[in-house]
Amino acid sequence: MLLQLPRITPLFPEIFVLFMIAVVLLAGLFAKPRIAGRLTYLLTQTTLMGACILTFRFYDTETITTFNGMFIHDPLSQVSTLFVYVTTVFTLAYARQYIEERSIQQPEYYILTLFSVLGMMALISAGNFLSLYVSLELFSLPLYAMVALRRDLAAGSEAAMKYFITGAVASGMLLYGISMLFGTTNSLDLNVVASTTITLNPTMVIIYRFALVFIIAGVIFKLGAVPFHMWVPDVYQGAPTSVTLFISGAPKIAALALLFRLLTTALPSLHLQWTPILIAISITSMALGNLVAIVQTDLKRMLAYSSIAHMGYTLLGILTAGAVGYSAGLFYMISYSIMAVGAFGLLTLMSRAGVEVDKVGDLRGLNARNPWLALMMLFLMFSMAGLPPTVGFFAKLGVLQALIDAHLVWLAVLALIFAIIGAYYYIRVVKVMYFEEPDSQQLQPMQISGDMRFIISINGLGVLVLGLFPSALIDLCRSVF
Amino acid sequence: MIPLTHYLIVGAALFSLSLAGIVINRKNLIILLMCIELMLLAVNMNFIAFASFLDNIAGEVFVFFILTVAAAEAAIGLAILMVLYRNRHTINVEDLDLLKG
Repeated sequence: MLLQLPRITPLFPEIFVLFMIAVVLLAGLFAKPRIAGRLTYLLTQTTLMGACILTFRFYDTETITTFNGMFIHDPLSQVSTLFVYVTTVFTLAYARQYIEERSIQQPEYYILTLFSVLGMMALISAGNFLSLYVSLELFSLPLYAMVALRRDLAAGSEAAMKYFITGAVASGMLLYGISMLFGTTNSLDLNVVASTTITLNPTMVIIYRFALVFIIAGVIFKLGAVPFHMWVPDVYQGAPTSVTLFISGAPKIAALALLFRLLTTALPSLHLQWTPILIAISITSMALGNLVAIVQTDLKRMLAYSSIAHMGYTLLGILTAGAVGYSAGLFYMISYSIMAVGAFGLLTLMSRAGVEVDKVGDLRGLNARNPWLALMMLFLMFSMAGLPPTVGFFAKLGVLQALIDAHLVWLAVLALIFAIIGAYYYIRVVKVMYFEEPDSQQLQPMQISGDMRFIISINGLGVLVLGLFPSALIDLCRSVF
Repeated sequence: MIPLTHYLIVGAALFSLSLAGIVINRKNLIILLMCIELMLLAVNMNFIAFASFLDNIAGEVFVFFILTVAAAEAAIGLAILMVLYRNRHTINVEDLDLLKG
């Protein structure tokens, strides 16, 4: 048999990131401790931007599968990885000073981030259950370690333990579902599974449904939607803010891509089976997330419940099982991760050495202390609530439009009601910032450095600009499906 | 020859046992880690049974990957357990109550 070399051009970004991880590892090991942190930071940002350029440079509109179907290179994978890089670049920029001041080992932090990003890239492009599982673990394992990276913090290690156990159970469930699918279709390739499940043998439907429940349970764990949401508030609250910032952005995009791969690439013919499950999950997520967030006083915990609600909205687009709904779901997830990275980024920037900003009350009178930061937070909160003219409004609009097109008007009405309930706690943050007096010990103005002000301004104004001119991003999401 | 269903029932029983162990166990975190390993072994049982009955080697290859990843996962889990024990001086599941609201 002749050995055929597979096409490797689609893998250039992955190969580049893997190579650079080795470089960062060596740099962190051999550089003088005084400059190691700054050097690895710059190398990491270069890596992400280089990968961004490579993906952009080799952008293909057609689908290429290579390595015997292990790797799918299509618009979905390229658009998702692009936003994974972008959110991670912002994440690291916000996090640098935070981790420097808390004596978290910087080289380790950046290497774990890069490994997780590599896992996300491979997961987004996975075309086979084997590569899907291995890259899923490559993406989750560094995250568990990052949550526990502040080794002197009891809350952090407790959050890491909870995250680890729920995450491991999730992969176990996903694997069990995959094993049942393998048994019934005799293949691990997503496309072969898709073509086998098209001919639905009535006696097989029950087994498919059995496998489907386990697979959806595994993915929902990773997304953090009801009923597998227990880890989200604990991990968001317990992890260092810089890690919460990372978890709230890029991994959500990767988990959504995983859901697309499993439900729309591998099991599109079972959509009559998975639509009702997703309807139940999204209604309960929106209800629980929005209602429980109202009573939270911890800002990170409140944003965690808000993320559960946002996952519910994203699933609304996917459960319509049509291209319009899929692109609406992708648009929602991308705009959510931009908003979440901005909001947690602000909290990270405002935290000083020894002072954590993580209670709603800590923002009291922010307008008097730093009006520009308060304005950015206002944009981000309005966008999360879904008020025009921010990008959050168009994200919700697209999802509701897809629901109405799919004749699920009752679900659209329900989603709207929960959005109005949810607006309360976002606007409460705005009220605290603008209409309450700061405590006496918080009276001094809040200073942040010029380059950080520039980055948070890009993020905050980006939410506004994408809301005023959403057509480019919407077209990009439509071109994927 | 033992039919496929028997293997699947053993796999399902192991899987349910490990899930029950994770949900019911309120005492020791190490038992939780053991349950997670057991869960992956239950999946391995399924894969081996299918691979043998379908005569498809892909299932057996998958098992090797699961075993490798399970080792990495156990390493990270035990490392987190060590950090947790240093901070809290307990590995009792019920004592993990710093985070709630």
